[in-house]
Amino acid sequence: MPEVWLPPRVQTLTGGRQQVVVPGATVRQVINNLEREYPGSRELLMDVDEDDLLPGLAVVVDGETSLLGLLERVGEGSEVHFLPAIGGG
Amino acid sequence: MLDYKPNIVLSNEEFNVVGTRPVRPDGADKVTGRARYGADQNLPGLLYGKILRSPHSHAVIKSVDVSEAEALPGVHAVVTSADWPETSRRLSDLAEGAIQNLGFLSTNVLARGKALYKGHAIAAVAAASPHLAEQALELIKVDYEVLPPVLSADEAMAPGAPALHEKLASLSNPALRPGGLLDEDDDTAGSNIANHFEFRLGDVEQGFKDADVIVEKETVTVPVHQGYIEPHAGTAQWGADGKLTIWSSSQGQFTVRDHTARFMGIPVADVKAIPLEIGGGFGAKTVLYVEPVAALLSRKSGHPVKVQMSRKEVFEATGPTSGTKIKVKLGATNEGKLVAAESRLVYEAGAFPGSPVSPGAQCMMAQYDVPNAYLEAYDVVINRPKSAAYRAPGAPASAFAMETAIDELCEKLGMDPLEFRLLNSSKEGVRRVTGPMTPKVGYIETLQALKDHPHYAAPLDGSAAGAEANGVKRRGRGIASGFWGNNTGPASALAVVNSDGSVSLTEGSPDIGGSRAAVSQHLAEALGISMDDIKPQVGDTDSIGFTSNTGGSSATFKSGWAAYEAGQDVKRQMRERAARIWDIPVDDVEYADGVLQHTSDPELRLTFKQLAARQVGTGGPIVGRAGVNPPGAGPSIAVHLVDVEVDTETGKVDVLRYTAVQDAGKAIHPSYVEGQIQGGVVQGIGWALNEEYRFDAQGGMLNSSFLDYRMPISLDLPMIDTVIVEVANPAHPYGLRGVGEVPLVPPLAAVSNAVYDAIGVRMDSLPISPDKVLEALWSKNGQ
Repeated sequence: MPEVWLPPRVQTLTGGRQQVVVPGATVRQVINNLEREYPGSRELLMDVDEDDLLPGLAVVVDGETSLLGLLERVGEGSEVHFLPAIGGG
Repeated sequence: MLDYKPNIVLSNEEFNVVGTRPVRPDGADKVTGRARYGADQNLPGLLYGKILRSPHSHAVIKSVDVSEAEALPGVHAVVTSADWPETSRRLSDLAEGAIQNLGFLSTNVLARGKALYKGHAIAAVAAASPHLAEQALELIKVDYEVLPPVLSADEAMAPGAPALHEKLASLSNPALRPGGLLDEDDDTAGSNIANHFEFRLGDVEQGFKDADVIVEKETVTVPVHQGYIEPHAGTAQWGADGKLTIWSSSQGQFTVRDHTARFMGIPVADVKAIPLEIGGGFGAKTVLYVEPVAALLSRKSGHPVKVQMSRKEVFEATGPTSGTKIKVKLGATNEGKLVAAESRLVYEAGAFPGSPVSPGAQCMMAQYDVPNAYLEAYDVVINRPKSAAYRAPGAPASAFAMETAIDELCEKLGMDPLEFRLLNSSKEGVRRVTGPMTPKVGYIETLQALKDHPHYAAPLDGSAAGAEANGVKRRGRGIASGFWGNNTGPASALAVVNSDGSVSLTEGSPDIGGSRAAVSQHLAEALGISMDDIKPQVGDTDSIGFTSNTGGSSATFKSGWAAYEAGQDVKRQMRERAARIWDIPVDDVEYADGVLQHTSDPELRLTFKQLAARQVGTGGPIVGRAGVNPPGAGPSIAVHLVDVEVDTETGKVDVLRYTAVQDAGKAIHPSYVEGQIQGGVVQGIGWALNEEYRFDAQGGMLNSSFLDYRMPISLDLPMIDTVIVEVANPAHPYGLRGVGEVPLVPPLAAVSNAVYDAIGVRMDSLPISPDKVLEALWSKNGQ
């Protein structure tokens, strides 16, 4: 199952755990399954009304910043990070 | 004759056009003065816009009386923020992916309720001449209630500090650089801390326990300006049909369109933004200052209006980079292995949230394999101009702290700083403090290239150890490295095949560093034709699909990729045409090096030009197109070596020799990569030695001209030697990485380390100006 690295705010819902393992074949599924185990986590990661990640939040899957967001495919052994994108000049 | 190899290619792929140095398509217009920049747009009936700016750093705007200004003959319109809708200050995600707080952006363009820095725009006038407009500004009466200014992060973070924004939320999310506001019914006191966040990896406490050697230090940088030659300029024309056309110099015509439409409360379809040539941007022209004001004045006056900033306005009202204060602590074993690191970064955002502290923190330690690390970062608003992006925003200041700390660590360990970096460099698969693994990047290869460079082994006459021989002059050598995580983004390209075999390429990235040439090279390589046959242009917002800003070292990566894909589309169509002409299956047609050929019959052969001439009769015009959002930009790495000479009587520091080595992935046009490296180094030397915003006690800038704001010129500098290392980016069709920003990351620390080597005093506060050098020497000598 994918290993999800959580931002500090979500860690408040996981008892301080920085990484958790949850099932899911897409980022959306991973977030939905995270919500089942740690209620409240979804709203810290996505805007449910907009059906999108929270503004400014990037998802990094296996070291690669995804440009598909919730639609990004996630593998069985994937690492998923939620990070800010680096804005440039 | 060079005594080193300037381009070290570590891949085996062969190219025809990629990697060559053709003359830039826009070169002739630029050197003959025909190129049109922001201020060059003229239209019948044009009016001239001027902006009234706040004389106070912090004040309530109680009233603005424009009646006398409006009555002045020749004045056609006077506007304030009351002339456009109040844009929400909640975070919004623009449809095409940019996260912004448009309320803050629009309030920076025209103040609403409060003036938040000296130079903040209050009102604007459109008149028949610039002088009349200036005269009218003097007739505008503004009633201010002056408030105590908050002029540093230390002041802003202190208990009881006056709040710049009553409802500013203190976020804890590094993703939310633009900041956010509390709900109206939330009684929580507003904070000047717009964001506070942290990253953690491993066990930092244990890491420091395991360390044999520890260094701790604090560095300070003050705001510096991007210093582009061309001041901001934009012209707007509101047509009788209600459509708005804007001509301006910017890093993104789509940002000009989208933000102006949002500020004005009109659909983006009603706005057409036409990019003109750009005389430098370096990040700060990703932000709008004058275009929306010109649009507002045009709507009110019924005339086209041009607004052009003076140099003083550029300094006082457009984004410098953040002032910073960074604490860093590093621990290593006696063998030189980095085992723990922690840092506290405080960045001044200026009047609105959004300093680059997040990328500063993320890049700070990214090129090192450090198993235990902790980063804590603050984004703080103060009464100074809103900071704007400046080339690798945030990273030069954090590298200044990190790389000078490493120099101190190496001194304590008695270890060569290059060997230390070779031992501790991150590699593919090493975890970074921010969490993800390091992708493939040529840090070790870049370090090795510097080690092999003759500069590294060259003797440094007159160093501190042997200083007496040189009297009052001391020489020193410094080394520093830098990391930058390049951006990507959406981009579009159109490739129109002409009947003579040339191809008209329209792409969406404003060209600020040679990207038009490099993007054309992508298309020429893809099609197997000559670069001379590509005719590129940067399209306006009605002529090309959405393309995000030229920023984050992304333009050549994303628009080059779009051109590559448009080329594949052209090839596909040409194979279909050849199949139709030869009446064979398309799979029997192959395309290689600009020639279409039957896979088995050598008689069936057409060159690109021959088929281009027959396109109309074989199915109509051939137009290749692409809209992409490519992943895999990959980071960049740079390592710099510098020799300086310090005059211990005057405190002046001269740069004697400078060598910059950088992994470019694949240098599409090596001359422009070298130009980017040299330009970044020069800006970094200026940041290190000369440049600074000097403020009076009330926050007014004291040196808002190029006479008093000292940027280095060619007479101040030696030739900057460059070495391009090519460790191909596996994600890109030709292997490139962005190159424009990372050259500005190492110089601050490299120069500071060299000055220390020369005089034995750590200069931890920039700039390393003569007065500071003398004070440091006097202090060292007990004077």
